[in-house]
Amino acid sequence: MSLVTPDIGLVFWMVLVFGLLFFILAKAGFPAVTDMVEKRTEGIRKALRDAEVAEEKVRGLAREQEELIEKTRAEQLKMLQEASAEKERIIAEAKVQAGEEASKILSAARDQIALERDNAVRDIRRQVADLSVAVAEKVLRRELDRQGGQQAYAEKLADELTDRDLKQEV
Amino acid sequence: MRRDMKRFFFICLLLLTLIPCAPAVAYAAEKEASDTSGVNVSEVIFSHIGDSYEWHMWTWKGHPVAIYLPVILYSKTSGWHVFSSKHIAEGETYEGFRIQTDALKYSSKLVEVAPDGSVTRPLDLSITKNVLSLMISSLLILVIVLLTARWYKTHDSEKKAPEGLAAFMEPVIMMIHDMARENIGEEEYKKYSPYLITVFLFIITNNFLGVIPIFPGGANLTGNIACTLVLALFTFFIVNLFGNKEYYKEIFLPDVPVFLKPIMPVIEVFSAIMKPVSLTVRLFANMLAGHIQILSVMCLIFIMAKYGGALLGGMTVVSVLFGLFLDVLELLISFIQAFVFTMLSSIYIGLAHQKETHKQS
Repeated sequence: MSLVTPDIGLVFWMVLVFGLLFFILAKAGFPAVTDMVEKRTEGIRKALRDAEVAEEKVRGLAREQEELIEKTRAEQLKMLQEASAEKERIIAEAKVQAGEEASKILSAARDQIALERDNAVRDIRRQVADLSVAVAEKVLRRELDRQGGQQAYAEKLADELTDRDLKQEV
Repeated sequence: MRRDMKRFFFICLLLLTLIPCAPAVAYAAEKEASDTSGVNVSEVIFSHIGDSYEWHMWTWKGHPVAIYLPVILYSKTSGWHVFSSKHIAEGETYEGFRIQTDALKYSSKLVEVAPDGSVTRPLDLSITKNVLSLMISSLLILVIVLLTARWYKTHDSEKKAPEGLAAFMEPVIMMIHDMARENIGEEEYKKYSPYLITVFLFIITNNFLGVIPIFPGGANLTGNIACTLVLALFTFFIVNLFGNKEYYKEIFLPDVPVFLKPIMPVIEVFSAIMKPVSLTVRLFANMLAGHIQILSVMCLIFIMAKYGGALLGGMTVVSVLFGLFLDVLELLISFIQAFVFTMLSSIYIGLAHQKETHKQS
């Protein structure tokens, strides 16, 4: 029967000792431990979060770098393409210019040649005229020395000259 | 190789089990000589699980080796008395007090004997075996926890992992702390977690001390109803003194149909009272039963001593192996009961702090 009837003495000591134990531990024992552990847990959580942010940032930087490289490469390609286009253009332009210049020189040369020839022809013509006049003069003088024969010869010469002149004219 | 080792251990175990046989045989022979009734098992068991005024350890050459504890009494007729329990050992009467042995009433308790021979029970605040065990275990917990707390005060725990005692105690403390957070809620749990951790450490320490058979263990504090009653009452008062408005509304003005309105408070009040009762009885009965089981199995050896060597030897092996099993089981139960008591306390506290429940329209 005494097993299930609480003993007043033990109840008294139990209340006293357990109460005291609880009071001391609640004041000086557990809060020190639990607060520190919770602070540490919070610290670890924060560190993990920070690490994640940092990782994200690093990942962003890498991406940015990659983008930059890509962009630079594209720019380089573009520049190369532009340069090659420019080269082609310059060459083509130069070709065109050279052609123009050449044709200009050619035409100038042609003009010059034509002019020179004209001059030459004119000169020859004048000389031939002078020569004919001189020949005619000589012939005339001889013909004139001998009446009759002189006359016929003069006419024959004159005809021949005239024929040649006509042929040359044509 | 492993099998050889196993066999070796098994043989060692068998040999070890023979050790208790020698005193058992001697004891049985001694008993046989003095009386023919054999071992009084219930007396042996009840003296082990009950409280006593001295801490009996063993008997040496017919004399008990015991720690005699102070007796503190208040009698209505003669006032305060403080004396050593050595004076009342062996059923002697001292200053008009003696331990009641034969009668059913106040059995093994101190009583005041009046001149006419009638007995009364004085106010008994003696430091008994259980009280001393209570003090020792409390001191042990106090030292362990304060040393743990000191580590956290002297070290930067954010930079350094706990070591030694702190590393051992931190998971235990945080287990109950987290349980409190889970069951009571973010806002209130910090107020109650020290109580719950204290209760857990107190119960588990005393449970373990109860399993250890030699001083300072061996007292059956958590298997004593006074101890568990006080613990349950602490929980009861914490639940009911700090309960919020919602908790009391649920008890006295629950949201139920009109015809249930007068019945519900009765049921709820009854349930509030039954909670500490169930806490008390669960822990008390579990620990008491565990002790009785182990003691009974051990007593089998002494009972068998009467029936000759073969039965005694066989029973010793069985008893020791089974006793070992029960001891290990008891360690498990020690933890489970401490955990269950703490968890139920935290749930009861949590129920007294719940937020307004959603009204069903």
